[in-house]
Amino acid sequence: MGGSASLLPREALGEYQELTFLTKQEILLAYKRFSELLPKEERENACSARVPKSQILTLPELRANPFQHRICRVFSTSGNGDDSMSFEDFLDMLSVFSDSATLDIKSHYAFRIFDFDEDGTLDRSDLEKLVDCLTGQGEESRLSNAEMEQLIQNILEESDIDKDGTINLSEFQHVISRSPDFVRYDVLQLHGLSRGGLSGGFAGVGAELWVVVGQGYPVRGNRVLRELCKILSRTG
Amino acid sequence: GGGGRVPCCAPGRLPAPQPPCFLPLAEVFLPEETHGAAPVDFLQQLPSYQSALRRRATAGGGTQERRAAPQGPAGVNKQADVKHLSGGKQWRRTSSKSLKKVLSEVKEFSSYLKLWRHDIHSIEGKFGTGIQSYFSFLRFLVLLNFIIFILMFSFVTLPSIIAKYGMFNSSFAKIPPKNIEPHCTVYEPSGNKGLIYFYDYLKHLLSGTGFLEETSLFYGYYTIDATWISIVRYNVPLAYLLATFAYLALSLIWIISRSLEGFKQNLVHAEDQFQSYCNKVFAGWDFCITDPNAARLKHRSLRYELQTDLEEERLKRKIADRTTKEKLRIYSLRIFINVIVLAVLLGCFYSIYRATFFSQENSNGVSNMNFLVNLLVQYLPSIVITTANIVAPQIFSFLIRYEDYSPAFEIRMILCVFLRLASIGVLLFSLWSQISSCNTDMCKACGYNYELYPCWESQVGQEMYKLMIFDFIVILAVTLFVDFPRKLLVTHCSCKLLQWFGLKEFRISDNVLEIIYGQTICWIGTFFSPLLPAIATVKYFIIFYIKKVSLIHTQKPAARPFRASSSNFFFLLVLLIGLVLAFVPLGVSIAHIPSSKACGPFRNFNTSWAVVPHTILEFPKPLQQVLYGIASEAFAVPFFMVICLVMFYFIALARAHKRVAEQLKEQLAMEGRDKQFLIRKITEAQRHP
Repeated sequence: MGGSASLLPREALGEYQELTFLTKQEILLAYKRFSELLPKEERENACSARVPKSQILTLPELRANPFQHRICRVFSTSGNGDDSMSFEDFLDMLSVFSDSATLDIKSHYAFRIFDFDEDGTLDRSDLEKLVDCLTGQGEESRLSNAEMEQLIQNILEESDIDKDGTINLSEFQHVISRSPDFVRYDVLQLHGLSRGGLSGGFAGVGAELWVVVGQGYPVRGNRVLRELCKILSRTG
Repeated sequence: GGGGRVPCCAPGRLPAPQPPCFLPLAEVFLPEETHGAAPVDFLQQLPSYQSALRRRATAGGGTQERRAAPQGPAGVNKQADVKHLSGGKQWRRTSSKSLKKVLSEVKEFSSYLKLWRHDIHSIEGKFGTGIQSYFSFLRFLVLLNFIIFILMFSFVTLPSIIAKYGMFNSSFAKIPPKNIEPHCTVYEPSGNKGLIYFYDYLKHLLSGTGFLEETSLFYGYYTIDATWISIVRYNVPLAYLLATFAYLALSLIWIISRSLEGFKQNLVHAEDQFQSYCNKVFAGWDFCITDPNAARLKHRSLRYELQTDLEEERLKRKIADRTTKEKLRIYSLRIFINVIVLAVLLGCFYSIYRATFFSQENSNGVSNMNFLVNLLVQYLPSIVITTANIVAPQIFSFLIRYEDYSPAFEIRMILCVFLRLASIGVLLFSLWSQISSCNTDMCKACGYNYELYPCWESQVGQEMYKLMIFDFIVILAVTLFVDFPRKLLVTHCSCKLLQWFGLKEFRISDNVLEIIYGQTICWIGTFFSPLLPAIATVKYFIIFYIKKVSLIHTQKPAARPFRASSSNFFFLLVLLIGLVLAFVPLGVSIAHIPSSKACGPFRNFNTSWAVVPHTILEFPKPLQQVLYGIASEAFAVPFFMVICLVMFYFIALARAHKRVAEQLKEQLAMEGRDKQFLIRKITEAQRHP
């Protein structure tokens, strides 16, 4: 399977390694999984093709995930709102979910995923939708109105510091930083196709991608952004 | 809103999703668009936030060089340190990663060797971690029993067999006991006397009498006082006693080491009520789940957890709001119901006592009884115990509903545990009162009832053997004759009543109690019947498959999923209680009741324990003095005091830690209030620049 490796140009590979939290092997595996989602004729230009959302959702790792739609929406850079993902979006997602990404980044993305109405804060409706996702879709699996009210009241009590009735990013990150389960559970395992199918470039049974929701920040060490930051700090 | 991304320099590259420091970018360039979110971003500069992040990063380990990167303006000064990942740091990262990979591969390989790994994994995937913990517990017991069997076999049974059959130039000596009345030493097990009918054979097999009594299964076989296995003198009595102590110690250590993990988790869980809701909601979903069934189970368990927590909170509030009159009413009701519960328990114990009495009186000797009736009488104690353990919990469930305890306080579970384990105690107590009941002088000379129980240890062993066999038969019978027909009826018959009855639920706690009961029997019985652990191993091995098949085909998982970590600890705790309970009868048998003079390795000793002082007397003088010193009061009292001091120290340490944790929690709450104050100030300052 050296063929898949050769399709990804070397300098692109190096660049992706620089820009994401993934290792070379993980990027190659991602490339392989991504090209499998494409129809055969488009596999040559996997780097520039876009995979429709329905295809992405067939990945077993996302299939059973209640936040699948939000994940696709958050990571997709498609301009026309169809939530299709390019290879770089895909890498973006995997890097955010890798185990080398920091808690900052993970909580940042978790916040964006949980922000259903995308207004920058988690208000009551966002929290309600979040709890509904957790307890399962379907009428009989939702909490009753009274229970939902009580639960959201408790959540806001625990995390809303400025008492404005919504949770913003900083409050969210503050809560997450003290949560013992966040690191353990926010890991998504992207399995290799089959143990036998992995080529010599991978480490055999260990070559699984660790994908962590909200724990990744794909652009690390991006010089342009850092310079921008410096400029801002000097002026602001 | 705060969603727009800042694109990278070249199109088609990875776009840069906004790091937290860039959220205010829009606001920085468009100052008129201030809204509520803007001033709060300065929270990131607050020292408390920074210190929380720092604490998190040091706890998390190797990602320290990157935590500085996406900081706000305050963090930009640290950017200089994070230029590129230098060669050295990169090498360190890759080497630690490969080390992690190697370790995980080793772990994975060692997990291949585990028994039933695949079965338990598939059960976990289909039914969740609660039920999986039951099957892991079963596997643990199989291993434990197997190790105990190996221990007893290699140190007790094997040398005896070698000696009795004269292999390897070995011989054994049967020293007739001195100073003992001859009538105490008469023991004739009714072995193969003439023609045996098939049902006699079956009867002997099921009740441990007849030919089975003479085999190495029971204590009576080991009537050996000393063996020489090709010149080496092997002290069988001492080995027997020490092997008993060894298997008890081994079980104790193994269970404690397994339960330490769960204990720590339990403690942490109970303490950290601080943020439980946020933790459950924001970090509740396990992203490793890929199977839709497992996802459904996870949804259900999350919903159940949230609902129970909310319900507990409501109940706590209700309890706190109780008026004095209500409290009085509840407490008097509870006292009344507890009296009834106590009466039920005493009734059960008395019936077990009488049943044992009856069984012992009527099964000894009269062989002209009908085969089935004889078997019934032999198994009467087991039948009564099992019946009590089925009926009494139902009564308890009914009564406890009126007591209005919070759902976290599982009093029904405590009562069931007590009933199960105490039934065995009552049976043994009844046996002992019969063994030690002495009226005549001749009986008093022996110290035990020599007429009915010439070899009383073997007979206690037989009772344990019968209990174990009956337990196994009941589990098998319930699965075959209750669960499967129920499943057939429910699926093929559309009668309303049956549909409402439904499939049987797999209740983890009841099943676990069942196997702990069996394990306690095994622990007590192994002293009297050294091969009993082998039977227990085979029994649990078969039970695994029975339960697995029954679960998959005839039962549904309980509607109230378990919290696996606390349940694991609970299982081991109850198992530990069973083990400690097993110490008591063994202690009494070994040290208090005179060993039977007609059979067994302790014929020449007063009690079974007496072999230890006897052996010590043969040690060299200095060693003897040391040992006597350790056992004397001059040593024991200071030792006890030192242990108490150490214990008090640890208790004080734990209390101090708890107080520190409380103080820290208060500080955190105060920090929240500080932040509120600052935010208000900032908002005011921004409004009036």
